[in-house]
Amino acid sequence: MENYRASVMLCGGTGCMAGDSLKIKDAFTDELNKRGLSHEINVVITGCNGFCAQGPVMTVYPDDIFYEKVKVADVPLIIEEHFIKGRPVEKLMYKELAKKSAIPLMKDIPFFSLQVLRALRNKGLIDPEKIEEYIARDGYMAAAKALNEMTPEQVIDEMKRSGLRGRGGAGFPTGLKWELSAKVKGGEKFIICNGDEGDPGAFMDRSIMEGDPHVVLEGMLIGARAIGASKGYIYVRAEYPLAVQRLQIAIDQAKEFGLLGDNILGSGFNFDIEIYQGAGAFVCGEATALMRSIEGKRGMPRPKFWRSAVKGLWDKPTVLNNVETFANIPQIILNGASWYTSLGTEKSTGTKVFALSGAINNIGLIEVPMGIPLSKIIYDIGGGVPKGRKFKAVQLGGPSGGCIPESLIDTPVTFEDIVKTGAIIGSGGMVVMNDLNCMVSVSKFFLEFTTEESCGKCPPCRIGNTVLQDLLEKITKGEGEEGDIELIEDISHEIIKTSLCGLGQTSPNPVLTSIRYFRSEFEEHAGDKWCRTGVCKDLCTFYIEEEKCKACGACKRVCPQKAIIGEKKVPHRIDQSLCVQCRSCYTVCKFDSVKIGPRAMRDQLLEQWVSDSGKTVAMAGKEE
Amino acid sequence: MAKLTIDDLKKIKDNYKATMTVRDGGSRAKVTVHMGTCGITAGARKVMEALLDEISKNNITDTIVTTSGCAGFCSKEPMVTVELLGSSPVKYITMDEDKMRKVVKEHLLGGKIVEDCALVAGNESSY
Repeated sequence: MENYRASVMLCGGTGCMAGDSLKIKDAFTDELNKRGLSHEINVVITGCNGFCAQGPVMTVYPDDIFYEKVKVADVPLIIEEHFIKGRPVEKLMYKELAKKSAIPLMKDIPFFSLQVLRALRNKGLIDPEKIEEYIARDGYMAAAKALNEMTPEQVIDEMKRSGLRGRGGAGFPTGLKWELSAKVKGGEKFIICNGDEGDPGAFMDRSIMEGDPHVVLEGMLIGARAIGASKGYIYVRAEYPLAVQRLQIAIDQAKEFGLLGDNILGSGFNFDIEIYQGAGAFVCGEATALMRSIEGKRGMPRPKFWRSAVKGLWDKPTVLNNVETFANIPQIILNGASWYTSLGTEKSTGTKVFALSGAINNIGLIEVPMGIPLSKIIYDIGGGVPKGRKFKAVQLGGPSGGCIPESLIDTPVTFEDIVKTGAIIGSGGMVVMNDLNCMVSVSKFFLEFTTEESCGKCPPCRIGNTVLQDLLEKITKGEGEEGDIELIEDISHEIIKTSLCGLGQTSPNPVLTSIRYFRSEFEEHAGDKWCRTGVCKDLCTFYIEEEKCKACGACKRVCPQKAIIGEKKVPHRIDQSLCVQCRSCYTVCKFDSVKIGPRAMRDQLLEQWVSDSGKTVAMAGKEE
Repeated sequence: MAKLTIDDLKKIKDNYKATMTVRDGGSRAKVTVHMGTCGITAGARKVMEALLDEISKNNITDTIVTTSGCAGFCSKEPMVTVELLGSSPVKYITMDEDKMRKVVKEHLLGGKIVEDCALVAGNESSY
């Protein structure tokens, strides 16, 4: 018997025969022959299907698709669409059934179809607390290969050829880092996994450590073999309790299986891993500060006269890679460097995981080939900006990155192209902002974060960022002066040039890119005392444009201050003495009649209000 | 346990591949509750409890119940994946106890996908 990949069960009952089902069968046979598919698709005439009213009817197996009222003329279409392209012909499907298949397939939803899972290949598929399930998905096969079939040099060579660059943010080539360390002869060496994920809006590494902890261990094991390390540390913040717990379970299981410990898989290689919990200081994500933290000292970076790969933890050669970097390694060893470079661009190979959040429909974790345009991530995978609001910018790279505006939305996501915009890929946090976000406030938020997290060792970062923050605070309070923006730029460049570590060297990036792309917004804040988004409460006046107001009462209902006055059919008005600039009326108005003006308008409107009503009023809200 | 050899590793792989997949494991279905931090925060534990409760109440013995990490669609957690023998896995979103019970009754036992909370059917592309 032949093996057909599909069968067409064409109804040969009286009703359908009267509807020419035999001619339809001939048409199928002819067309299939013509296209050379006759050995793949089987056409069978069946007894009465029972659904004579919709005849001629047919069912396609194994898809279980039911077509009704099929005509001879439909046959080429069915073969072309269904059997060649794999798309059932909806217009011929039984309507009720067509409705039933309302649940789309993954290939039809861009959120899934545009993703390629490599680092996340076990995402949601395995039980992270069972080593066997990891093994069942080829787990530890790469380690077995690296330990028994490859020399350390071959492993490093494979990594170098794969072009894999550090996924923690800096993008340093992993193979090169390993090679530097491997070249140091003799003595103890260490390998560290950096799981101190700290960027606001980033949760890629947490998800990998929680969902697939063994891939991190296997990546470390391969790295340890390549450089000749006998001990590894996973530095993970204590705020990730589930990650810590699952990593510990994974380590215990790997030890029990002999995949960690002495003479791993009979190779004579010994390696052990220990978890070190960080207290959540952002600076401890910096390699040298992290190593000091493991040494039991205060987490502060050191000047980089020498590389950690040569002299790191306890002054021994130490390789530090990020969680996602390690998650990529087993697949590279197993499938080879050329497999890895089949995706991505020449200088940014493979895939990258991003955490999508902010003003976007599909918040979540995605993995995409490098080189994909930002717009595809935001509109196709992310589903665009919700509630009909407008896209304004996307923040990449957290406190070290920057905001990319709409005009650059087609920028390909590669290390080089993103750096050109002033942002960085960073660890992969992607926060989408809409027209309700004030870019000055966003810059201030990130500076507050870095100022708070600065370790204080070097003055440019400690003092410089504080001064920057004060300047932004001043501008958002309505005390901005001419020259403030230029001063911010000047100080920023100095901080970048003179800071000791990556934290300080990148901390002005958010404010610098925001000024670069949204300079007018900064000028409005500093000069006109106007925050057009209404975020900076001291810089705005909410008022209703009477010609546009339909007097629907929506704003009146949401106002917590009862500051909106107006009857049905009478355009509404905001009592400025009661308004606290909460923005509720602005976001609820469907007719675009609530406007945001500069602060000075408030006094004018208030005077007008007093002269109209002839009373004096006390002001609500903060007055300074 | 004695030290693993590469052959042992391959044996584990083959054995567990069978128990993990519906087709080879002799089970009729597999239900995965996604329990990453996002899922747990959104209430995945309650969903899991409801699932286990329904499984025991209905005396279901031919179904693999398991947990896994984040499924990637954090804003739609808690998420549950249901795979019946011979069909594509279906991902359910924004689950709660009641929806879980409904999915057990209608999908797991009745074979009918609960459309209200189903997001998508199929496997993700990975290579």
